Amino acid sequence: MTDATADNSPAGPLNSSEYARRLKKRHDAEWRFRAYGLGAIFIGLAFLVTLLWTIVSEGAPAFLQSEIRLNVTFDKAEIDPTGTGNIEDIMKADYAVMVRQALREQLANVGNDRAARAAAHRLLSSGADLQAREIVLKDRTAIGQKREIWLIADGDVDSFLKGSISRDTPEDRRRISNQQIAWIEKLQAEGRLKSRFNTTIFTRGASANPEMAGVGVAALGSFMMLVITVLLALPIGVAAAIYLEEFAPKNRFTDLIEVNINNLAAVPSIVFGILGLAVFINFFGLPRSAPVVGGLVLTLMSLPTIIIATRAALKAVPPSIRDAALGLGASKMQAIFHHVLPLAMPGILTGTILALAHALGETAPLLMIGMVAFVVDYPGGPLDPATALPVQIYMWSNLPERGFIARTSAAIMILLGFLLVMNALAIWLRTKFERRW
Amino acid sequence: MDISVVFLAVLVLSVLGMQVGRSRAMAVAGGQARALHSRAGYYGAFVALATALPAFMVLFLWTAVEPTVIQALVRARLPAEIQALQADQLSLVLTTIENLAYRNIAPSQSQPYLTSAATLMREMHATANWLMVGVCMLVALGGFFLSRGRITVAFRARNTVEAVVKALMIVCSSIAILTTVGIVMSMLVESLHFFAEVSPLDFFFGLVWDPRFAGAARADQTGQFGLIPLMWGTLFISFVAMLVAVPIGLLSAVYMSEYAGPKFRKAAKPLLEVLAGIPTVVYGFFALITIGPALRDIGAVFGLDISSTSVLCAGLTMGIMIIPFVSSLSDDIINAVPQSLRDASYGLGATQSETIRQVVLPAALPGIVGACLLAVSRALGETMIVVMAAGIAAKLTANPFDSVTTMTVKIVAQLTGDLEFNSPQTLVAFALGLTLFVITLGLNVMALAIVRKYREKYD
Repeated sequence: MTDATADNSPAGPLNSSEYARRLKKRHDAEWRFRAYGLGAIFIGLAFLVTLLWTIVSEGAPAFLQSEIRLNVTFDKAEIDPTGTGNIEDIMKADYAVMVRQALREQLANVGNDRAARAAAHRLLSSGADLQAREIVLKDRTAIGQKREIWLIADGDVDSFLKGSISRDTPEDRRRISNQQIAWIEKLQAEGRLKSRFNTTIFTRGASANPEMAGVGVAALGSFMMLVITVLLALPIGVAAAIYLEEFAPKNRFTDLIEVNINNLAAVPSIVFGILGLAVFINFFGLPRSAPVVGGLVLTLMSLPTIIIATRAALKAVPPSIRDAALGLGASKMQAIFHHVLPLAMPGILTGTILALAHALGETAPLLMIGMVAFVVDYPGGPLDPATALPVQIYMWSNLPERGFIARTSAAIMILLGFLLVMNALAIWLRTKFERRW
Repeated sequence: MDISVVFLAVLVLSVLGMQVGRSRAMAVAGGQARALHSRAGYYGAFVALATALPAFMVLFLWTAVEPTVIQALVRARLPAEIQALQADQLSLVLTTIENLAYRNIAPSQSQPYLTSAATLMREMHATANWLMVGVCMLVALGGFFLSRGRITVAFRARNTVEAVVKALMIVCSSIAILTTVGIVMSMLVESLHFFAEVSPLDFFFGLVWDPRFAGAARADQTGQFGLIPLMWGTLFISFVAMLVAVPIGLLSAVYMSEYAGPKFRKAAKPLLEVLAGIPTVVYGFFALITIGPALRDIGAVFGLDISSTSVLCAGLTMGIMIIPFVSSLSDDIINAVPQSLRDASYGLGATQSETIRQVVLPAALPGIVGACLLAVSRALGETMIVVMAAGIAAKLTANPFDSVTTMTVKIVAQLTGDLEFNSPQTLVAFALGLTLFVITLGLNVMALAIVRKYREKYD
């Protein structure tokens, strides 16, 4: 700027080459600066696109799963020898023998060689027997009958069909042998081996086999924690915000509370995890990895956000509303609860949903309170061991199998889906109900 | 009887009280609602509150105190030689008994006194449970009938209910203070235990982090819990993150607030803020499968050996996460610079970029510094990205292609898995947490002060 105005030759003609050169330089600088800004935005967006693309391209295949359709004979002598439907017998029976028998019958040319039989058995997931057992548990009439069922194929078969195990790799370095490929092609030709929509990933819990692992259990754990968080954080947060915004006298105590809330909103989440470990688990003796502890920690974490959002929403309601209510003889409490709060509700709910969305993605504090357990079964209540969706993602990301990369990405897609729904709900609430005064 | 059953019973009674209070009030007023001091609903609310509040308080206190009392009673009946054990061994015995009594986990070596103590504990627990149910219901019913009896035409139900509600609101507000006190106290107490075993001097100025060997024969040796390498790693990664986030975030903010048309702004701003809504565990995974390998491949082209858990990888990922944080804060601050400053600059013949660089940004500088400090505090406390993408070896290296570790990584490492709350290996996590808390708190206070001071200038 200075060099532009400090033209020492006052009579300098405006069309001199010197002037044109300087002006061009300044205009170039202007253009460059704009380009930097635009570039920065596009770099940021490029990161976003890369991230989402990576997740979707890695995760999308996991929503399809190879399954084999087999005619399994549910052997009565093995499952229910006494004929009384004893649940212990049903649980203990060796279903693996039955599904393997069915597989060998289907393949027809396995022979009796031990190695060949083992290779054939490896086409099926090691969780196939659990699937067979679940069918019996659901429908006792299957005992003693032959049923046609879809069983999950092994992770390697799945990888082969999805092309991540290449046929061109030499056989000794491939996880699928030539014989197995021949079987796979035979089953495909018979229409018995297909990629079907993967329901396992939505319903099951942790497993050491990628093809049997799902996020259902973790999602339920997350859901329980969110319910606890809503039930505690929303009333407490709104009550605190109303007090601070409408009633609190300006004194040291309320100042202290305000400073506290502002700072708590910026405390690293892991510190809340340490607090939960020390207070809820060590001091109050609540069980580790229980959703109730997770819910309490997330409540403390989201309280400051909810309080700040609620205060902003209350502040946005014009004083004329309060004055009108007071003028008609309402008490202050009535004016707030009957008139101000309902008007502020959309803003409060928006803030709460955003805080919950944040809490849903939070991982670090949950690691601190021991939610890294290997949980296979659905938690029955808030005191049972459970895990959470983001923690499940973290645990899977540590596993080296190829199948788990896809599962992790798919789990991330599910988590991002939930977050998307929550954010969309918040935006919808805001646009639909927000009033500008 | 379960606690939740008692809870529900009290709740039902309280809802009932709502109805009873209302109809009682109408009855004493002879059906004339206007004869009452307050509206009939307030009498109902009064009975409901009087029923539920004291009962819930009793329930809460009972569940908080019961285990301690039962433990003390059982301990008093243990054989004398067990009671003579040292405090930590005794607490171990008590934990075993509790496991046996409540969770049916058999101890490794069963002894008669353990079984009998467990039986005793179970019986006491059952008795205490019935007592609790009795006391709670008694209190609830007492509140119910007493409050119902107080209802008269002149009774100021609204004032009473409003006073109670206000008191409840004050209690809710003080939870924020309780949380802070809880954070500080819990970490301070455990940190003091830690500093009783490891000198603070060795912790804060030690150059070696190697907690594994501290419990062994060399427990008296110093320097194994050195904070410096962890602190260095934390600062190094945060520095790289800021190198990424500040230029990109700031330039985006400038473009958004000064150049972009409303349409572009409306589309780009939320998209950029999506980056802030993505959970950090997703960033960690992204670093693990995309950024780490990509950096390694790029390094290989230039003949550089970039570790897959390099400072660069963790810092870059963290930087991406922080971009929207810097950009939206800076955006607000740049927008708060008065238009008159810009107009004055244009009037003197400056181009738009000259105005921004020499007028707007200097005017916004304190606020931007505050925003950056907030971003730094966020980077220091970030956990999942570094747990997944940074190394675990505590190294003092200035090579950004090498891997370092951070305080948060070590907190997670020391506090997951089996915990023993008397070993320095576990306790050190609390000392690390306290250090982290103090640092981030300091940064936040400073940043908020700067931002506030700056805002006042133009308002």
